Amino acid sequence: MLDADFFRRWMAATAASVHREADRLTALDSAIGDADHGSNLQRGFTAVRSALEKEAQDTPGAVLTLAGRQLISTVGGASGPLYGTLLRRTGKALGDAAEVSTEQLAEALRAGVDGVMALGGAAPGDKTMIDALAPAVDALADGFAAARAAAEEGAVATTPLQARKGRASYLGERSIGHQDPGATSSALLIAALEEAAEG
Amino acid sequence: MSDKSLVGIVLVSHSAEVATSVAELAKGLAGGAAAVPVAAAGGTEGGGLGTSAELISAAAASVDRGAGVALITDLGSAVLTVKALIAEGDELPDGSRLVDAPFVEGAVAAVVTAATGAGLDAVESAATEAYGYRKV
Repeated sequence: MLDADFFRRWMAATAASVHREADRLTALDSAIGDADHGSNLQRGFTAVRSALEKEAQDTPGAVLTLAGRQLISTVGGASGPLYGTLLRRTGKALGDAAEVSTEQLAEALRAGVDGVMALGGAAPGDKTMIDALAPAVDALADGFAAARAAAEEGAVATTPLQARKGRASYLGERSIGHQDPGATSSALLIAALEEAAEG
Repeated sequence: MSDKSLVGIVLVSHSAEVATSVAELAKGLAGGAAAVPVAAAGGTEGGGLGTSAELISAAAASVDRGAGVALITDLGSAVLTVKALIAEGDELPDGSRLVDAPFVEGAVAAVVTAATGAGLDAVESAATEAYGYRKV
């Protein structure tokens, strides 16, 4: 079972890997976006980490809801409301249970991904974070390692796609050949689940 | 109608200068619209290009007279942040609404309409109809 501590470790591990990969995310974003994805997410997850240190949240749902709020208010780019909605919807779907199963997390994350698709209007194949998140949620039934592999595969598979959402979509065919920064950071978020499970 | 409270207008742009200038432009072109509460929420809190949820919430609170608040945005994160704040429930005043409209023309139409004392629905339709003003 996964308790509030697991979810705090998940957010801390995400913050650490976003920090480690910030330059790469920004480099990917400079190819097809506005070159701020790494620094935006770094600011957001730093705020998440300090908010979780300051305010003790005792349920998984409360941890994710607070984290989502922080992302909406601190990121400053489209990834803020998108990741914020992902975590808040997931947190709300987990309710006020003190512990949740991996199956419950998978179900809640599915609600979160649905929320992101409703907010941004993206579907699978549009070269967005959905292309990493949707396969990861499907693979979660087979464990965190399977989810990480599915997310990373999904992120890499955005390279030949043409962007249909966001600023990259203005580039049309010129967006082909670049891995999507949002799908790449989504793969980091999913990979951090495995780190959190290792303790 | 003069005792009726007016709809508030919030202009959200990635740029502080764009948001502030469009607010001035809309009030200037609306003539006699000085009473309409209009607030700009442009750029990040640090003064850079982007969207600030805090600035949007503060702007919406500052123009809320109880008749609703129409939020008009430019693109991308401005649209998504307003949508996420509305979904959040308690971040914006009751009756806050993202209005689907072109930024400059929609702002002018919204301020002119709000100045007549019209309600939020009428302000929204006027702003949205601005999409139809063809130039060629």
